[in-house]
Amino acid sequence: MSQIATPATGVEKSRKALNRAVIRFAGDSGDGMQLTGEQFTTESAWAGNDLATLPNFPAEIRAPAGTLFGVSSFQLQFGSQRVYTPGDRLDCLVAMNPAALKVHLRDLKTGGLLIVNTQAFDKRNLDKAGYAANPLDEPALAERYRLHKVDMTGLTHEAIKDLPLNTKEKDRTKNFFALGLVSWIYTRPLEPTLAWIEKRFAKNKDIAEANTRVLKAGHAFGETAEIFGEHYAIEPAEMAPGLYRAMTGNRALAWGILAAAQRSKVPVVYGAYPITPASDILHELAMHKRFRVRTIQAEDEIAAVTAAIGASFGGAIGITASSGPGVALKSEGIGLAVTAELPLVVLNIQRAGPSTGMPTKTEQADLMQALYGRNSEAPVVVLAPATPGDCFYVAYEAVRLAAKYMVPVIVLSDGFLANGSEPWLIPDATKLPPIEITFRTEQEGFFPYLRDPATLARPWVRPGTPGLEHRIGGIEKQDVTGNISYDPENHDHMVRTRAEKVRRVAQEIPPTSINGPATGDLLVVGWGGTYGAITAAVEQAQTAGKSVASVHLRHLNPLPPDLGHILREYRKVLVPEINSGQLVRVLRAEYLVDAVGFNRVRGLPLASEEIYEAINQLLGSKP
Amino acid sequence: MTPSGAGAKEAPKYTKKDFESDQDVRWCPGCGDYAILSAIQKTMPDLGIPKEDIVFISGIGCSSRFPYYMNTYGFHTIHGRAPAIATGLRVARPELKIFVVTGDGDGLSIGGNHMLHVLRRNVNLTILLFNNRIYGLTKGQYSPTSELGKVTKSTPVGSADRPVNPLAFALGCGATFVARTVDRNIPHMDEMLKRAAKHKGTGFVEILQNCNVYNDLAWNVIYDRESKVQHELRLEHGKPLLFGPQDDRRALIMEGVTPKVVRAKDVPESTLWVHDEKNVNAAKLLADLFAPEFPIPVGVLAAVDAPVYEDIMLEQEEKAISERGPGDIAKLLTSGDTWKIS
Repeated sequence: MSQIATPATGVEKSRKALNRAVIRFAGDSGDGMQLTGEQFTTESAWAGNDLATLPNFPAEIRAPAGTLFGVSSFQLQFGSQRVYTPGDRLDCLVAMNPAALKVHLRDLKTGGLLIVNTQAFDKRNLDKAGYAANPLDEPALAERYRLHKVDMTGLTHEAIKDLPLNTKEKDRTKNFFALGLVSWIYTRPLEPTLAWIEKRFAKNKDIAEANTRVLKAGHAFGETAEIFGEHYAIEPAEMAPGLYRAMTGNRALAWGILAAAQRSKVPVVYGAYPITPASDILHELAMHKRFRVRTIQAEDEIAAVTAAIGASFGGAIGITASSGPGVALKSEGIGLAVTAELPLVVLNIQRAGPSTGMPTKTEQADLMQALYGRNSEAPVVVLAPATPGDCFYVAYEAVRLAAKYMVPVIVLSDGFLANGSEPWLIPDATKLPPIEITFRTEQEGFFPYLRDPATLARPWVRPGTPGLEHRIGGIEKQDVTGNISYDPENHDHMVRTRAEKVRRVAQEIPPTSINGPATGDLLVVGWGGTYGAITAAVEQAQTAGKSVASVHLRHLNPLPPDLGHILREYRKVLVPEINSGQLVRVLRAEYLVDAVGFNRVRGLPLASEEIYEAINQLLGSKP
Repeated sequence: MTPSGAGAKEAPKYTKKDFESDQDVRWCPGCGDYAILSAIQKTMPDLGIPKEDIVFISGIGCSSRFPYYMNTYGFHTIHGRAPAIATGLRVARPELKIFVVTGDGDGLSIGGNHMLHVLRRNVNLTILLFNNRIYGLTKGQYSPTSELGKVTKSTPVGSADRPVNPLAFALGCGATFVARTVDRNIPHMDEMLKRAAKHKGTGFVEILQNCNVYNDLAWNVIYDRESKVQHELRLEHGKPLLFGPQDDRRALIMEGVTPKVVRAKDVPESTLWVHDEKNVNAAKLLADLFAPEFPIPVGVLAAVDAPVYEDIMLEQEEKAISERGPGDIAKLLTSGDTWKIS
């Protein structure tokens, strides 16, 4: 082990340049894989690479150690060119135990780099993972992959043997060994991680020292051990100049709300009930009381949405968030906001269902729920962000539209966007579109359901305004006066008016941006978190000379006014979705186009590889 | 903003008429709700609150039509959710005076969960629960306060579930103000409404109300003149618990840990149970008592001080702002780990 302590003494190893790499850290939930991945992400961002991440963890808080279902992983793709997705197949897999190897090996490319922590491959762990014999002894494994058997646990203990920590505490630092080693392999700067350790463990010097030493030991091991013949450099990506930060979707939604609160000068009341994967938005907002965002952890999903509606009635911006099952419970409340014509923003961080489904896994199967999942005719505006950073703009836009049109807006994010991160060009907050909210105070000619001729929005009146006392409610009301009305013609008129109001939001939608030729053989239409995978696949097809373009919809209700025209400019239309075919049904119904779906519902993001294959299949050509 | 309570502005001199809306009242003729509406409209001028600062929130049911008839701000919402709507409104606008009007079905069945949480949070608002022990608007099914064995359309051979006691429920939830009044006793209703409205925190008032169509005289035990004399126990802070005819007063006393009714003249004055609104444990005992074995307590069972939900929330907000200044999105966006690409 002397080589660990010895500084690198000019061991020459070849460094190869790569355009991109996909790596995954996998281990037991207690192995700190999420942290390892996040730190590697920060290092890669520092190195100037573009990147995309995919955290994947069990729903159980402390799943039994060593089991297959207790495996937690963090994947990222980083590159010197634009990176749209966390990647499909792995260039490098780090498996901290047999269960991690068993679950993730299938995703590793033939010839890929496989790094395993040998000490975890004991009888007990092998049994738990269902291995009859140690797979590391199989000659086929080393033939198929570039296998590196590293005693990470042993080397970790060796590096910190003199520190006054117990065995368990020492064990827990081994993820930093893996991080150090992989950081060396891909020439990542250690500075951000060293700074992080210092800050995070400022109150526990021994732990800080242990993590620092183990990180460096892992790095030095790569550098000096004879087993790694080469390592890699990934040049910085060409990215738009400016100040960047790493951004996850949930944080971006929260910050978009804060931006809207500040810009509109109207307080936000955020009602939420804890639910995976939406809770982080509540946690984030609760930290920012200075923005006058008041968070209510409600007794249930129904109270969360109705508290938001009560706040909107009071002249605040009412916002609620959940995931599919919770949004189902909110349906009646959303219907109330539709007929009371109050602003309301509902964030749905979609997850795999039905029912409880797979709470920590992603899906985009709540589009129909957002469009139609309420009793009677209850149209709402539906928006969907395309990337983690885009969540910021979509949340902001949702508030703007809700207030301008006095209408509920549902935002469809998903588990992949929520937890995934990307390098995000920090916007100039002063350049965000204005959110102008005026509360009616003029008594002359006031009626609660008078309408703005352009938006059809009714006046928003804050209780406390003298002379404008009025009553609203869930019962059908006469247009203009707001008086209770059971008149058949009035009801028909109100149903149409509420729908028309939502339709008029189309006047806010900018021309649809087309990635590729304006006319051609195939148009790929997507929405939400599949943006990266679709764009990567379409650009691959374009590079291969195919006549393919893509559009990605942010506005799902109403749809962009130019979409019908665009769809007719291509011979075929492909709609990839992580559901059984929801947007494709809408497009077929709305535009009478023979759109074809590409659908996989596995709780995972779509792979660009499979979309590329689907493109070729529909074009009748070989990849 | 003045947390916890309206009244910062001076209210004009109002009359009952100022609180009557232009809507036709659509309850059944003879419904107890008319008396309650009249009492509330009559009480409003005495609260000294500008009427634009008053909001009535309701759910669904006969009682929930209430906001339409009040010339204040009003929101007739969805079944059972009024406490949650009111909580959101209160958090957004703590300077408003909010009343929640609900019934036994709306407040204790479909909305039971929200009722629990609004009471334990002690949100500053007044809840008026009209208890007629029946579902009226849906035409006569038994309610969560109907007596066991209640024969209705949905229970032709009698209901199988035991009733919930609204007062005991409220106290069990940690309510800080709990009172009971009766729709046929206008002066008492008036007094209870004023007390509840002035309470800092959630004021909960059960109003025994008559549904003359589906459950007529359900509260006859306290309507009938003779029965009322026998059973009504008027709770007065600092006064002993005495009831019954003047010539044959009864006393409610504690024997060990059990309430007991005795002839007043048979016990020494020192053993009488003196009503104390600050004693929540005593209130819990009182809440469970009812005729025929016991008297029917009417009045304020408990009125105690406790922290108010939105006051705490606003204090946290003001503290954050006074310590670190108002939020600035531009600063937040560039905080923490960032890097420049040129």
